[in-house]
Amino acid sequence: MLLARLSEAAGVSSQETEIRGLVKTEAAKPGVEIQTDALGNVMAYKRGRKNGPTIMVAAHMDEVGLMVVGVENSGLLRFKPVGGIDRRVLVAKEVLVGPDRIPGVIGSKPIHLQKRNERNTPLEWNELYIDIGARNKDEAEKLVPIGTTAIFATTFESLSDEIIMGKAFDDRVGCYVLLELLDEEYDCNLVCAFTVQEEVGLRGASVAAYGVNPDLALVIEGTTASDVPGVPSHAHATTVGKGPALTVMDRATIPAPALVEMLKDVAAQESIPTQFRRATTGGTDAGVIRLTKGGIPVAGVSVPCRYIHSPASVASLRDIEATIRLVKGFLQRY
Amino acid sequence: MEKMVKQLVEAYGPAGEEQQVASHIKDVIEPLVDRVSVDELGNVIAIKEGPAGAKKIMLAAHMDEIGVIVTDIDDAGFLRFANIGGVSPFTLIGQRVRFADGTVGVFGYEKLDGMKDLKLNKMYVDIGATSREEAEAKVGIGDKGVYHREFIGQGQRVIAKSLDNRIGCAVLIEAARRLENSPHEVYFVFTAQEEVGLRGARTAAYSLDPDYGIAVDVTDTGDTPEARRMAVSLGKGAAIKVKDSTIISHPLIKDLLVNTAKTKGIPYQMEVLERGGTDAGPIHLTRSGVPTGAVSIPCRYIHTPSEMVDLRDVENCIQLLVATLEGPLP
Repeated sequence: MLLARLSEAAGVSSQETEIRGLVKTEAAKPGVEIQTDALGNVMAYKRGRKNGPTIMVAAHMDEVGLMVVGVENSGLLRFKPVGGIDRRVLVAKEVLVGPDRIPGVIGSKPIHLQKRNERNTPLEWNELYIDIGARNKDEAEKLVPIGTTAIFATTFESLSDEIIMGKAFDDRVGCYVLLELLDEEYDCNLVCAFTVQEEVGLRGASVAAYGVNPDLALVIEGTTASDVPGVPSHAHATTVGKGPALTVMDRATIPAPALVEMLKDVAAQESIPTQFRRATTGGTDAGVIRLTKGGIPVAGVSVPCRYIHSPASVASLRDIEATIRLVKGFLQRY
Repeated sequence: MEKMVKQLVEAYGPAGEEQQVASHIKDVIEPLVDRVSVDELGNVIAIKEGPAGAKKIMLAAHMDEIGVIVTDIDDAGFLRFANIGGVSPFTLIGQRVRFADGTVGVFGYEKLDGMKDLKLNKMYVDIGATSREEAEAKVGIGDKGVYHREFIGQGQRVIAKSLDNRIGCAVLIEAARRLENSPHEVYFVFTAQEEVGLRGARTAAYSLDPDYGIAVDVTDTGDTPEARRMAVSLGKGAAIKVKDSTIISHPLIKDLLVNTAKTKGIPYQMEVLERGGTDAGPIHLTRSGVPTGAVSIPCRYIHTPSEMVDLRDVENCIQLLVATLEGPLP
């Protein structure tokens, strides 16, 4: 299953080689021309039947993860987060380190040895380490040079016929949507941009948009769904299973009103359920694309995902399918 | 002047939805310049053409204002919201909010243990609806509201919402009216989305590719009781920016402004703003760099519904800009 392979591929920001290889293989469809730019963004071009506008649809390939920044004499690996990770989710999680997927586990001081106050506060970054079973510093350094990244060792699972679980749905669900778009014929010129380094500051999309210079753009994201106990309904942001979420504003962008209206029209005409993203926190590639050169019209469509930026996120296949239909319908209007 | 300022501050124009204020500005400035256009982000660009080979100078005043955006509507018809730009929950208590269609609401808040617990997510807007359906007939998720407050002129001092930065827009309009024979090509740019991250100025500057930039915006003062120390006072003249958190003014522009003020006897003061940025930030980093500075109008109580400026400072800012644009550029 393509979604499973996308979810399980490694691609911590700046070290996207594995996921990029998979994306390039999957995007190599008839009539699609693939280019990779200096930062590692993958652009899949599909020329339109008529010479319509150039529309860039972007999803980021990179994921949050860990980077090894030091090795203890004991062979344990010191690490720092790449992108926004809540350190409370890390303890005792299994990870895969580096391109060779060396298995390891995030260790910490066991409960027996913790003082009372240590049990009440989350462990600091310098109290956590990755244990790959190395016997000493030399052995560890041979296997894992400093700067190597690690991903969560999460196997993709179907929890039901609708609900899936896996790592990096932010934004591999977006990558999946883009790959599906490439199967269709459109009048417009489609550029699917699989971007890098989104999680560390929307970096890849900034140069991708400058290079492509599209007439308009859509950004497809896996976004936060906090429809869980303890969160009042007005703070849910999005709800899993209620369809793709349209952005009205976030920290990085206010989308072009005309594109949001077009998405609403398509959804209404094709009876696709949608919701608004009812939060203005977080930023996406849309922020930097919107401000490229003299300004590019952009809107954002997101698949609601619970527990993003953790080892396992949860999403709905129906939401993903609805997102694909919505974006295809949008592209067919140009 | 007072009438123009009143119309500008009372116009509706939260960041990202500047069309109403933009259309008003367009109508006012059209007879004063050679051409006017509106770009993708909604910036209004008014151009006074110069002779062939003239230097291009971009003046920027943002026309957007802070506000709130609706994020949720509950079954009883209450609206939850998030901020657009720098909005303090304490400022909102007792205030009214107005949406694009004129619908007015009041801010309320949940029960709290103490006022220090007041956060925007504990607050809501009440438009008087009795159900979700009734509320949704007037307001939808994503709709934006601004402070609802009238303009007051009281001698030389004026009190109003959105003097940040409609007073800067007034300065640009009046400068365009008075500027007759400039040897330069002058771009009067009324920018969008400044309050959410200096966005409009960035794309406008890329498109216009100017040789020089001058932003016109309000700045804080240090002349109120127990204020944060700052050597800017209301009524002491046009403020010439030395730095803020987005720019260190280019010495060419800063010195040009200072020398012009001295030569023409225009009262001025130097502005070092420790916190806050202006459109000058993105303009000076456009393409391979643009020498840029800023002229600021001293303003008290910025980002409240009751900002205050002194019209003598406004006049001095206009005179300083016109004199600068009439003279040679470095």
